Amino acid sequence: MSFITKSPWILHYAATSCNGCDIELLACLTPHYDVERFGIVNTGNPKHADIFLVTGSVNEESRKVVENLYAQMPDPKAVVAIGACALSGGIFRDAYNVYGGIDKVIPVDVYVPGCAARPEAIIDGVVQALAILDERAKERKRQRKMVAA
Amino acid sequence: MPLIALLILFPLCAGLAVLSTRDIEQRENLVRWLAYGLGGATLLLALLHFRTEPEFFTLGQGLTGALDNLFMLGGIAVSLYLLYACRQIKGREWYIPVLLLVQMGLMLFVELAPEHPVVARPFYLDSFSVLMALIVGVIGGLICIHAVRYMHDYHAHGHGAQEAKTTCPERRRRSFFFMLFVFLAAMFGIVFSNHLLWLFFFWEVTTLCSFWLIAYSGTDEAVRNGFRALGINLIGGVSFAGALVWLTHGPGLHTWELDQLVAAGSALALIPAVLIAVAGLTKSAQMPFSSWLLGAMVAPTPVSALLHSSTLVKAGVFLLVKLAPVFHNTYAGLLLSLIGGLTFLVTSLIAINQRSAKLVLAYSTIANLGLIVMCVGIGTAATLWAAILLIVFHAVAKALLFLAAGTTAHLIGGRDIEDMEGLVYRRPALAAAMLIGILGMFLAPFGMLLSKYATLQAFLTVEVLPLGGVLLAVIIVFGSAPTLFFWSKWMGKLVAVPRRPQPSELPLPRDEAIALFSLAALTTLACALFPLIDWLFIHPYTGSLIGAGLIPALDGHLPWETIATMSFMLAALFLLPILFWLRPPQFQASSGYLSGANVDGSASYRGAMGAEREVASRSYFLTDFIREGMLTRVGLLGSGCLLILMMLTGAIR
Amino acid sequence: MTAHAWTLAFAFLILGPLLGALLAGLDRILTARMQSRRGPPLLQPIYDVLKLFEKDTLVVTSLQTLYLWGFLLFMAISGFILFLGGDLLLSLFALAVSGILLCLAAYATNSPYSNIGSSRELMLMMAYEPMLLIVPLGFFLVTGSFRVSDIIAGEPWQVLELGGILIGFLFILTIKLRKSPFDLSSSHHGHQELVKGLTTDFSGSDLALVEIGHWYENVILLGWLYLFFAPLGVAWALPISLILFFGEVLVDNTHARLKWAPTLRLSWWVTGLFGVTNLVLLSLFA
Repeated sequence: MSFITKSPWILHYAATSCNGCDIELLACLTPHYDVERFGIVNTGNPKHADIFLVTGSVNEESRKVVENLYAQMPDPKAVVAIGACALSGGIFRDAYNVYGGIDKVIPVDVYVPGCAARPEAIIDGVVQALAILDERAKERKRQRKMVAA
Repeated sequence: MPLIALLILFPLCAGLAVLSTRDIEQRENLVRWLAYGLGGATLLLALLHFRTEPEFFTLGQGLTGALDNLFMLGGIAVSLYLLYACRQIKGREWYIPVLLLVQMGLMLFVELAPEHPVVARPFYLDSFSVLMALIVGVIGGLICIHAVRYMHDYHAHGHGAQEAKTTCPERRRRSFFFMLFVFLAAMFGIVFSNHLLWLFFFWEVTTLCSFWLIAYSGTDEAVRNGFRALGINLIGGVSFAGALVWLTHGPGLHTWELDQLVAAGSALALIPAVLIAVAGLTKSAQMPFSSWLLGAMVAPTPVSALLHSSTLVKAGVFLLVKLAPVFHNTYAGLLLSLIGGLTFLVTSLIAINQRSAKLVLAYSTIANLGLIVMCVGIGTAATLWAAILLIVFHAVAKALLFLAAGTTAHLIGGRDIEDMEGLVYRRPALAAAMLIGILGMFLAPFGMLLSKYATLQAFLTVEVLPLGGVLLAVIIVFGSAPTLFFWSKWMGKLVAVPRRPQPSELPLPRDEAIALFSLAALTTLACALFPLIDWLFIHPYTGSLIGAGLIPALDGHLPWETIATMSFMLAALFLLPILFWLRPPQFQASSGYLSGANVDGSASYRGAMGAEREVASRSYFLTDFIREGMLTRVGLLGSGCLLILMMLTGAIR
Repeated sequence: MTAHAWTLAFAFLILGPLLGALLAGLDRILTARMQSRRGPPLLQPIYDVLKLFEKDTLVVTSLQTLYLWGFLLFMAISGFILFLGGDLLLSLFALAVSGILLCLAAYATNSPYSNIGSSRELMLMMAYEPMLLIVPLGFFLVTGSFRVSDIIAGEPWQVLELGGILIGFLFILTIKLRKSPFDLSSSHHGHQELVKGLTTDFSGSDLALVEIGHWYENVILLGWLYLFFAPLGVAWALPISLILFFGEVLVDNTHARLKWAPTLRLSWWVTGLFGVTNLVLLSLFA
């Protein structure tokens, strides 16, 4: 098992969300849920982060930011889309100015539904992302060995 | 003795030779070879006389008499020339001719005294003066080489172009190198004279040279600053002359010989020593006399390097170091230390405010000289050791920094530290030289640490007034923190990766490169081999003082493990980049974090209305927190009071 | 220099980071408990660093890694000197060099958050350096030596003579440990005005080096604190210094961040009031 599953640091970005999901997400850090138990830390900085949590339906302005943040995260990394808007655009799906879904912009690994998504669901999504991260970390290690050899 | 004569006469003749050469190119080549010759001669002197016991030289009766007359006439000539120059003074500078006349009167009163002390041994040589000669010859020579090309560019374009064309006729340009060489000759004279009157003559010549060189460009500002330097140095001159009057006509001690003055001890020699110390303080720009050195920064950079960092200001502390045994264990000595300490503290703080590289260097020069004065006032073997080491490290590192700052200004066209952003990437060689200079100035395994180490220990064991010792230690403690801040800030600018490519096409001129890299190598060598310097030059000097019973025997010297650890740290600091260069880690490049608003991985971001902007961030200058004006006033007032107190305690004792 | 001292010094080099990590882990648990949370496992800092080594490293300029190597090396040297029983002043100077190199690494990236972080870090250094330098001076006045081995062999009541200096040192310990109210160079938690300040543009193994450096620093600072009580014997000295060390966690959790100007002013006042006064009294009555 790689250590990335014991210490997943998250980056949270609200890509044109209504802030409902964001409040639920931040609730995970409060004493009631206390995700630091699992070593989860909210870093606020892509260069330190392993898991990218994105909420909202993404418009043109936030698309560039999402792409930049994703590019500045070092591998191995995973993306979790949170809430109905991040999954498909939600109630804004037909609006002229939104992309409707994070996966239109960057590759998404885990989808957490809900409007707003519940903290338990978010934590569950992160845990699922851990399995993916573990796989990628091993893959990355293999690649490095090959390059070194 | 022939070598001393050679060292004094050689630069003088060199200057005359340069003066008489009309062709520019020929002159430049001549300066180069003469500078090499000068460096070679001092090296020869050092090779012949390292670890030497103090040696004194007698001259024939006739020769002494002739030289006596020559120097007397020379002194009068210098004063008359300065009086003639005073035709340019403005209303508030009336005190300068007055001081000149007072000084001339005092000197004539001394020289024409019916019964005056006989000087049997007018020249001397000990390991400290050999070390000083080495600094003057080698560093002075390198600065001259740098100046060849620098002055060429200075006149061709850049800073001095417009004014220089109109106000610097060819004759004045020729005289420039003449003045540099005369100045070097006078420095050798100061270093080797045991005859106080002759020493005073050389002292006057350096004053004249600094005045001329500061006012060189002939602009109004330069002339004003030149006069300020002249006026303040004349205060020192008058004070020096006063000391000579006391030594000729006063009660008690009657001598014109430096070694006898020092040997007389604090009971007899304190009053003249205090007066000479005032002269030393003016020359080494201690508060309240510091303003002339700041004004002197209008001069071309090699002049700043030569006069105001590595040699001229060192003449002041050189004399103070010589007199240190007199100050040992006296209140006057403690007050002298406090003047140095106050200067160190105040100027270190003010240096944070400065944007221009030259001004930062100027303030840190004053601060470092303050540190040396602090050591001298205590006057134990350990502090003298520290003071001399500080003189060496400061001379090489500061000359390097001044020259590097000057070259950088020419190549990238900006004198501010902010303009030097990314120099490591833009001009790696230049940045390396500058970083070595900065490291040599303050970072741990290098110069300053050693000296601080020795001084802290010495201050805490001061006997005359234990409280004073603690006060000095506290001054060092509070003064080093700002030092750390402004140097690191500067280094931070140098190492920062440039936000966009800023190619600089101009090649590094050969003369300037030679001077810079030699000085960088010297700084490194001085740091790595300081135990050798100690063994060759410093230890014999302090040893002979201890042997003569002038200062107490060494106690609590630097233990060998400390030196070993420092050497290890120094080695680590050098090996690390080499290791890195041999096995660089292969990491992927990425742009800095800009809240995700970067534009295509560059250092620009998408601002309001989608406009692209380049990131800009500047250093902290803390101008609201550290108020330059107020600090200067406090420093002037405080040091003025201390100075008066020092003279009073000297007189009462 | 005894065999015992050499063992201790090499033990610091190898086990120091481990001990420092445990201190950091305990710190995080204590913080969590003060906020009525459960908190991470004790070994969490170690997991974090091992993870960072698994990650890729993104750099703005490759030279930043060089400065970080220097930072770590000089931190280790500082601790080595301390635990060898060597010169306290020298250990302090190595610590300062290491701090400067960390700032240079952040300056090298030339990104705004790192820039602000390192400028503030330098300001903090300016704030705590005087007090940190006064500590060895105080020891010197009491024991007549800058050597750690002599200080340990001092009189048991030396801590009483150094009361003011101890207070001053505890004050700047908060700055050195980057705790609130003085965490203005690299905030503890993300999402604040300076992101992660100093460390914003380090990632992967670079960030791991910084973390390991901080572990060393934890142990070094605990060592400094221990020195005050060392003559009392391990049985007394260690618990007292640990309690004081973790007292910083309480301070951390009960204070909001200060701006740089009050920080500078405050720490210089504290240095003057407690540190300098103590030195003066010592010199008068010694």
